[in-house]
Amino acid sequence: MTEMTTASRIPIHPLWLRLTHWLNALAVLVMVASGWRIYNASPLFDFRFANDITLGGWLAGALQWHFAAMWLLAANGLLYLLFNALSGRLWRKFLPLSPRSVYADLKAALRGRLSHADPRRYNAVQRAAYLFAMLDILLLVLSGLVLWKSVQFPLLRELLGGYETARYIHFFAMLALVGFTAVHLAMAMLVPRTFLTMIRGH
Amino acid sequence: MRNPIQHPDQADAIKEALGRLDSPARRRFLTGSLTLGGLSLLTGCDLTDSKGVETALERISRFNDKAQAWLFDPNRLAPTYPESMIARPFPFNAFYSEDRVPRVDGDSFRLEVGGLVADRHAWTLAELHALPQTDQVTRHICVEGWSAIGKWGGVPFSLFLKRIGADLSARYIGFKCSDDYYTSIDMPTALHPQTLLTLTYDGQTLPARYGFPMKLRMPTKLGYKNPKHIQALFVTNTYPGGYWEDQGYNWFGGS
Repeated sequence: MTEMTTASRIPIHPLWLRLTHWLNALAVLVMVASGWRIYNASPLFDFRFANDITLGGWLAGALQWHFAAMWLLAANGLLYLLFNALSGRLWRKFLPLSPRSVYADLKAALRGRLSHADPRRYNAVQRAAYLFAMLDILLLVLSGLVLWKSVQFPLLRELLGGYETARYIHFFAMLALVGFTAVHLAMAMLVPRTFLTMIRGH
Repeated sequence: MRNPIQHPDQADAIKEALGRLDSPARRRFLTGSLTLGGLSLLTGCDLTDSKGVETALERISRFNDKAQAWLFDPNRLAPTYPESMIARPFPFNAFYSEDRVPRVDGDSFRLEVGGLVADRHAWTLAELHALPQTDQVTRHICVEGWSAIGKWGGVPFSLFLKRIGADLSARYIGFKCSDDYYTSIDMPTALHPQTLLTLTYDGQTLPARYGFPMKLRMPTKLGYKNPKHIQALFVTNTYPGGYWEDQGYNWFGGS
């Protein structure tokens, strides 16, 4: 039993993870809301975001928020990846991962048969979704660098197909992140304990 | 909403209207941000303290000026394109509509040169055309996000600065324009090989709508940093600001 007690005293989510998670949530909120205002200045498609749900008040204000929050997003994201890699958590929590396991767990989840009995273990759908969020934010940062400094990052610019293509990549990566967030929030509401563990750690 | 590339006049009208919003209206973004649900709860900051937020954002923008100056490589060239990729017609863009473009008389025009320079004589267009000329096809990137490829020709600005005996260790070059626009740039960008004191567009004398009699073209900076209808330029160590920059656009505005 001693083992059990020791194990339960180790938080499900360590403090660094909870901190970087909520700082990331804040950075993403500011980046998306200000990004929508910037999008409105020269829309790629035949629609605009309602100004009421954007941040910045006008283009210059939105740009100031965007280019302030980018430092938080990047620095916090680097710290998150660094802690994850150095602690081995990245491999422990997210691997192994196979398309077959994602499919099986997704099917079980949709039938309401996916167990959340062990909150220390991510199921395959969670693993895939969180890894997707990491890679998508990375793509947002890289395409954002091309938009911000297309002349200074020539290799990155060419890899992403040039300045104009990078605009579309940045937009669709944003859309994917908003989609992820919507599902993520819905799941957290369905299983409220996951929300509490991300605050309290256990 | 229509595409600003096809309808730049509309984008300009919006831009002008936005620029004219008085500051209480501009600060609406702070109350607007409260509708983002819990942002203030997450941060624990009082976002209604608009002055504090504005000051903080301004400070970060100044930090971003330094970050961009550090990132700027004086030898790195902006990509150039074949003439077949030139946008036709190239979009008109200013803080006013096209019918209010200033008409400058080329014969009586003199480019005034001031500040930390050895030779302050005012230049006629003929004198400027007598200097070595070059041209380039580059991408103009607007702060709004859209971009368009164009062809500009004129005098390499570094050559002109050396010709007037400018203090090349000074920090800023300021520009005053006949449409009441004003802006300023850093010396490393002024000396960049692709920075052109532009006299032509697409092989023709620079048309009024693109900035006659001259425009400073920098493919390493966003559109609003490229002044048109230049009347006077001066070399200085005192921060000169700019029309959009004084309203909140980032000063360095690099690309």
